[in-house]
Amino acid sequence: MRAYFSRRYRISASHRLHSEAFSREKNRELYGKCNNPHGHGHNYVIEVTVGGPVDPETGMVCNLVDLDECVRKEVLERFDHTNLNLDPLFAERVPTTENLCIEIYRMLSSAFDHGEIVRVRIEETSNNFFEYPAV
Amino acid sequence: MILLTRRAEFSASHYYWNEAWSDEENRRVFGKCANKNGHGHNYTLEVTVAGEVDAATGFVVDLKKLKDVLEQEVVQAYDHRHLNKEVPEFRNTIPTTENIAIAVWRRLEGKVPGAKLHRVRVYEMSDIFADYYGEP
Repeated sequence: MRAYFSRRYRISASHRLHSEAFSREKNRELYGKCNNPHGHGHNYVIEVTVGGPVDPETGMVCNLVDLDECVRKEVLERFDHTNLNLDPLFAERVPTTENLCIEIYRMLSSAFDHGEIVRVRIEETSNNFFEYPAV
Repeated sequence: MILLTRRAEFSASHYYWNEAWSDEENRRVFGKCANKNGHGHNYTLEVTVAGEVDAATGFVVDLKKLKDVLEQEVVQAYDHRHLNKEVPEFRNTIPTTENIAIAVWRRLEGKVPGAKLHRVRVYEMSDIFADYYGEP
């Protein structure tokens, strides 16, 4: 029986939305307050979903201890209380939550070997969230 | 097609234990959840049904009927119970969040009038949930 297990994690980080491809005026027009030169921060909620057969011996899709360990090592230690713009992943890309979501999905997909990461969903604030990939 | 979701809550106790394993192995795999005295959660159940909007009522299903089905089939069986000891489907199946989602699906399948069961989501706490879509 295939089921999906999800767990929520939290990071606090700062970012600034600014693209070198555009002029200063265009950046301000496009990103508004998010283009503020000094950046701003969010308490992000990262929801990670693992899909797979329910192991008949454990009753679990995966052991949450293994998922916690992987997310802590790959994501929380890397991004929590940091400036996302300074992470090499965002040297050439704007750290929008869309891009953060895609990168975290890729990192966890290759690092987690106790099940299939099927979705990463990030809440930037309580009113907006992003999902990758679409399930 | 449109999806409609109804929430229900129940509070229950459980523990994780595989009789085929040694005490040490159970404790290693299940950690605090292996305490045989059990522990409890406030579970939130989200049941999503899929269907067409009825032109006359504007409903996919009558929410009152859906609420009654959840109450009769699930909440009455699980609420304020010890899942391992009092709920038949968990006599030989560990009541993990995943297995609860599957068990709820089985209890509800075919009993929601006028709509197809789409997803059962069970929250053990606000940071952990399991989804089951009826997949084999």
